This record gives sequence, structure tokens and C-alpha cells, in this order.
Amino acid sequence: MIEIKNLHKSYKMGSNALHVLKGIDFSVKEGELVAIMGSSGSGKSTLLNIIGMLDTLDEGSYTLDGVPIKDLNETKAANYRNKFLGFVFQSFNLINYKNAMENVALPLYYQKVGRKERQEKAMKYLEQVGLKEWATHLPSELSGGQKQRVAIARAMAAEPKVLLADEPTGALDSTTSYEVMDLIQKINDEGNTILVVTHEEDIAHMCKRIVHLKDGVIVEDKKVKQVRAKNYV
Amino acid sequence: MFNRDRWSEILQVLTTNWFRTVLTAFGVFWGIFILIILLAAGKGLENGIRADFGDIATNTMFMWTQSVTKAYKGLPKERTFNFKVDDVDAIWRNIPDLRFVSPRNQSGGFRGASNVVRGLKTGAFSIYGDYPEIIKQQPMDITSGRFINHADIQQKRKVAVIGTDVRKSLYENDEEVLGSYIKINGVNFMIIGTYHKGNADGDSNAQKEIYTPFTTFSQVFNRADNVGWMAITAVDGTPITQIKERIFSLLKERHTIHPEDLRAIGHFDLFEQFSRVVRLFGALEFIAYFVGVLVLLSGIIGVSNIMLIVVKERTKEIGIRRALGEGPWSIKKQVLMESIFLTIISGMAGIVLGALSIYGINYILEMNGPVDMFVNPNVNLGVVVVALIILIISGLLAGFIPANSAIRVRPIEALRAE
Repeated sequence: MIEIKNLHKSYKMGSNALHVLKGIDFSVKEGELVAIMGSSGSGKSTLLNIIGMLDTLDEGSYTLDGVPIKDLNETKAANYRNKFLGFVFQSFNLINYKNAMENVALPLYYQKVGRKERQEKAMKYLEQVGLKEWATHLPSELSGGQKQRVAIARAMAAEPKVLLADEPTGALDSTTSYEVMDLIQKINDEGNTILVVTHEEDIAHMCKRIVHLKDGVIVEDKKVKQVRAKNYV
Repeated sequence: MFNRDRWSEILQVLTTNWFRTVLTAFGVFWGIFILIILLAAGKGLENGIRADFGDIATNTMFMWTQSVTKAYKGLPKERTFNFKVDDVDAIWRNIPDLRFVSPRNQSGGFRGASNVVRGLKTGAFSIYGDYPEIIKQQPMDITSGRFINHADIQQKRKVAVIGTDVRKSLYENDEEVLGSYIKINGVNFMIIGTYHKGNADGDSNAQKEIYTPFTTFSQVFNRADNVGWMAITAVDGTPITQIKERIFSLLKERHTIHPEDLRAIGHFDLFEQFSRVVRLFGALEFIAYFVGVLVLLSGIIGVSNIMLIVVKERTKEIGIRRALGEGPWSIKKQVLMESIFLTIISGMAGIVLGALSIYGINYILEMNGPVDMFVNPNVNLGVVVVALIILIISGLLAGFIPANSAIRVRPIEALRAE
């Protein structure tokens, strides 16, 4: 699903270049649930941004579902993001003047899905995350866990190839975190490929594979026995 | 463009901060309001002046004789001379593109003594000897009877057409005027018609005139073949200003006057005066557009400014949308449409209020009677269309910079913004 070879990325900080990713070789197969771990500054968010086409790579190659991702202009990148990827952020990033249902329907709007079908689909995904009754509520009226579940529903609504979650539990208490992880595990059970960036050990162990990043290189890549989040809820 | 979701979003964004939106809109509103009012005021002035010219044939000049200022061919200077009836034929024969050449004679009027008597009533009026064509050069409404015709000229009938005020001073209200007689300078004339000059506000003497056939006038008042002055109208499309010099040369030659004697023939060129006024209106309109558009521009800059702030405020939201797969063009379009929408709505409000104000001014003018030099201020539909086009273009311009800045931010940076 994801094929990354010899990936380099550096940022210019004034006259100095900060070499963030120093040759990453990384691949993810369909249906995997991968945790990317590392302390801050290890380059895990940069890697996720490049995989998410929110950032460009300096060197190396990146192939997503057989499509080489290179020389993207913004229009093309937006189109690929919409078709291939779903995002879940630490700070939820819901649009605060749109209600839950409208937020979930947003990626479908960019796919030019008709209004009615869009609403039906959005309601279906809201139901899957257990928030059907909250469809008409604004994000400000939802709790943190509910917001993240709306965000997950939004990410899934476009039926992406890969779901990218950047610290999905970073802003949540542990009970809510496990609820969210339970949801992510269920989505994975249905065969979806998911990447989770986290620095929490317990969250990482709820995935099937852990990749450790340190100073821009992968220091460890191991399969783990998945801990089901449901046991803690 | 007619997309329900896009429009609902535009409304959502603009209504989020009501007060700011209204303040921003006010700049554009005020600009277009000023533009409309200035244009209407200019039009009102123009209408007022045009009403003063009335439907007079404006491609006309009047000319008369003055004393000669240069000795020529043995004739001394300071000699006086008169146009002759033959001159009219000579002008017709030699000068093309003329519509009317009306020789005129005049007596009385302008501080004249009483010269008209009817029974016990007397009055001082201007008496003209005229050809029938004069009514086309200086239009008047014939309120009863008829104007002078060519049969009157040929047969030298002693008939007269009198103005409304002449009738008032010589007749009782219910008296029959047509067919009665008045005595002008001791000679009886039969009244064949009465007139009223429609567009003569300000000129109190306009209704105190008596018109008689030119030939009759010459004979009974001993003018021989002299002509007092002439009113000459050229055909439309040929300004009288262009051909008047040829007329002067012709007449100078006929009356043995030095060709370079500029003061022997006096004239008043109505066309030149009229063109000058028309140019003045052109200048006024230009100033109205100039000032109005500048005021509008400051409103536009206000809109642009606010759109920049809105884009800045929504940096994160724009980042989210792009992460979800909204294309840069869609975002650009959104910002542009917000800007155009705001501009057009406030502009329309300005146009409506401007139109209402003009309506109000017209109403007051109507209630208080006519004001000199200011009649029916208005803007026509063309101006409104022009204003709308200006609005759409300026909305585009106002949104252009903010829209570009909206898509220049990379989604990753936008998402990082807190």
C-alpha cells in the first residue's frame, strides 16, 4: 500500500539546514495498523505529513497504492488527498461553524457527491462512531472524545485507502483515548490500513506493528501482539 | 456558482461577525451612493440648462450690422449699413447646407414706449416682422388661430400673432381675440393667432411679443428693403460655426466692406454657446465619475483589508479543508465570491438609497415649484449598469489579493497555526 525508499527531508532554518529525515525505508501492506513512535523532534510528524502529501520530500521515492507520488501541484495533491487519504488530528480540526454531520460530509462535497447522498453517507458514518443523535450539534457542543469520533467519521467518509492519525489521543484522557483506539481497531478489523503517530506506549501497543523513529532514522520495526482497547473501556 | 452549499457558507462566514461585515460594507455603500448622487446632480443641472435652451434650434446664429471699422475702396470707416432683402437670396444661392434663413425686423420692446392700442387699453410690446420659418427656429405653442403663413407675406396682409401677456393686457378674459383689431404704431392689424412660449422661465418678455408678416412690417413701418437682423440655421450635422465665416465674407463683399473688418457684422453663435455648455456637462460627468470612483475605491480597499483578515483568521480552517482534499481553486473561488457578494450587496444598497434620495429630491422640487437651472435630477439605467459592472470588477479586485494569500499558505503550515 505504502512504499517509501531512501526518504530524505530537511528544513531550512535561516542559514542552517535541519536534516529531519535521513533515509527512511518503510512499507506498509494493506490492512496493517502501524504505530509510529518517537520522541519529539524524531521526525515522526514530518514522515506522516509527507505520507499525507501535506509536505514534499527532498529525496527518495514514495508510492501510494501503486501510484508514484511526485511532482504534485496543489490541485493534484488535493485530489489525491481526497481520494486516497483520511486525516485524524490531535486537535480534532473540525470546522467550528459546521455541525457534526456537515463536517463529516465535507470530503464528500469535494468529491462532488450530491447533497442528498452526501447527507445519507455522513449519517451512516456518524452512526458507526455512535454519534447519530449528535448530528446537528456544533463541535463546541461536543466533548473531546466525541469530537475525535466525528473527526474519524469524517476521515472515513471519503473511503480512503489509508487513514493517517497524528496523535489521535494526545488531547484526550485515558478512558476516552481507549474508546477512540477501540474505534480505530474496529475500523482496522474491517480491512482498512491505518497509521497512528503516538508517543504513548500503551496506545502503540494497541496497534499490530510499532516503528521507532529516532533522529530521523528508523531504529526499530517490530510486530507486536495487539492489545484490544475494548478491555479497558 | 449557483451552489447551495457554497452560498450557505458565504452567508455563514459573513454573518459570523455582523458588525464588522456591516462596517466594511458601509465603505462600498457610501462610495456608490456618492457616485449616484453626483451623477444625478450633474444630470439635474444639465436638464435645467437644457430646459433654458428649450427646443430652440441650437444650430443657429443671429447676425446684425454694426458700423464699419476699416476704410475700403474709397468708402470711409465708421459708416453704417443695412442688410437688404436681396442678401437673403444671395445667401441661399451661395451657401450650401442651410435650413432656414429668416430676415427679421423689430420695433419697440426693451424700454420702448407704449406702441400698441386697443380701445382704451395700451401697452408696450416688441413688434417683429417675420417669415413663417421663424417658428421652427424659436418654437412657440400656437394656443389659438394660426401663425403667419406665406400668403400673408405675399399679400402683405396686416395680420398679427400675439403673446399670452399681450392678450392679458389688451383683452378681457372672456373676449374673443381672433378677428379683432389692435393698433400698432397707428396701423390696424387683425389678430389671427395667439402663442405661448413654453420654455421661457426667467424671461418675462417672452410672452409680450407681436409677430407680423415681414413684408407688411417693412411697408407699414417704412423699412424699405432693409433687414434688421437675421436668424440663420444650418442643417443638422453641419455646425453653423463652420459656415458662418463664408456668410460674413459673402455679405462683406456685397456691402463693400474690407474683408478683414471683423466688427462690421455682429453675431451671436448659439451653436458655439450650446457646445460649450455640452462640454461643461461632459466635464461635470467626468468629475462625478472621478470623485465617485475614488470614494468607491477606498471602500474597496476596506473590503480587501477585511478579506485579508478573514483569510488570516481562517488559515487553520483552510488548512483543514485542503487536508480533506479541497483544491486551491475552490478556496480561491470561495474568497472571491465572498468579496464580490459583499461588494455587490452593499453596492446595491447604495444604489437603492441613492435612487430613493433622488426620488425624494424630485418630490421636494415638485412640491416647491421649479428651481432655476435644476430640473429632474436622475440617473438612467445605463449608469446603474455601469455602477454594477464597476462593483463586480472591484469585488474581484478586492478579493484577488486575499484569495491568493489564502492558497499561498501550505496546508501543513496552516494546520500548525494556532
